[in-house]
Amino acid sequence: MTLVLSWSDWLSLFVHFISLSLLAVGGAITTVPDIHRYLVDEQQWLSDAQFTSSIALAQGAPGPNVLCIALMGWNVGLNAGGGLAAGGTAVGMALMGVCITMVGILLPSATLTYAATTWAHRNRDMRAVKAFKSGMAPLVIALLIATGWLLTGDHEQPLRDWPMWALTATTTLIVWKTKTHLLVLLALGALLGGLGWI
Amino acid sequence: MTDTVVERHAPKNKTDLFVSFTLLALQGFGGVFAVVQRELVEKKKWLTLDEFVEDWAVAQILPGPNVINLCIMIGSRHFGLLGAMTAVAGILTVPLVLILLLAAAFAGVADTATAQGMLRGMGAVSAGLIAATGIKLISALKNNPMGQWQCLGLAALTFVAIALLRLPLAWVLFSLGSLSCAWAWYCHGKLAHLKGTP
Repeated sequence: MTLVLSWSDWLSLFVHFISLSLLAVGGAITTVPDIHRYLVDEQQWLSDAQFTSSIALAQGAPGPNVLCIALMGWNVGLNAGGGLAAGGTAVGMALMGVCITMVGILLPSATLTYAATTWAHRNRDMRAVKAFKSGMAPLVIALLIATGWLLTGDHEQPLRDWPMWALTATTTLIVWKTKTHLLVLLALGALLGGLGWI
Repeated sequence: MTDTVVERHAPKNKTDLFVSFTLLALQGFGGVFAVVQRELVEKKKWLTLDEFVEDWAVAQILPGPNVINLCIMIGSRHFGLLGAMTAVAGILTVPLVLILLLAAAFAGVADTATAQGMLRGMGAVSAGLIAATGIKLISALKNNPMGQWQCLGLAALTFVAIALLRLPLAWVLFSLGSLSCAWAWYCHGKLAHLKGTP
């Protein structure tokens, strides 16, 4: 897939990610549906396959999941530069795509977080700050367990998905009760999945 | 997992901060969260479990990727603005380079059945990692001024709303969250009154 991007296109890419940044409550993953609408449906700067594999690769590779945004920028740049086969120019464009999307998605939220948390840390003995932290604690813990629950995948087809649930439940028990290295567990999961058992 | 010993360390310098977060990111397949808890709380002891829950609550409520927000909070607490930047650079730089190399090297491979299976397997395991971390954090609710059982009730309500009823995150956080914070405000006030401080 190749395309031509003008400076105003790059600018609107930047502006779009900047405007999404402050909406990403609960993590960058919550903005994914809107990014799909913009990049794939509206602008057609990214193919559906490129979009999906950007997310899959970011989840399989080490590092924060927000790196899927970097991969999307990389692919938009590559498409604009004529694909990897075009060599240096394409890689340059791809790197520009990475910078534009990552700075866009991170800069506003990071600035807000820095300002808000340094203020809260200075005023950590204030009753409102304490109330916010202890009030939110039970909700946040429940959110984590709910995330684990939702991530196990499709809950509508127990007959097909039970091995996946069993793997998640076993992992939960092992991590909770033992000090097994997390990488060992992930490698086992990859092995079982690669063999097609789940 | 004990509330008697409060042993806490701090990052030695910015290099220590950068390297620690890089190593942490490189162990986090399918998201960094579970590793953060194990490394920073259980191994390095930069945070107690209670502090981690409080910080995580703030990191999750503020917009932006949760792990990046947590990096900003921890980095800025020890070394100010430069510390925040160092921590974010630490968690992003090496994984970013790695994921771009992976994307360039394995363009197309991500769509094969084996690769998809491996991602499914690792996904199921990382769901378990996240759920187990949430379960471990429950013990931090013991010290919550709202009372352990009330906290568990709130957590259960949140889990039902998000995981079973699939209500929108923002809606749940706003409604249950403001209720819970108001109650925590009241409890903190009562505590302060009992201790005789205004």
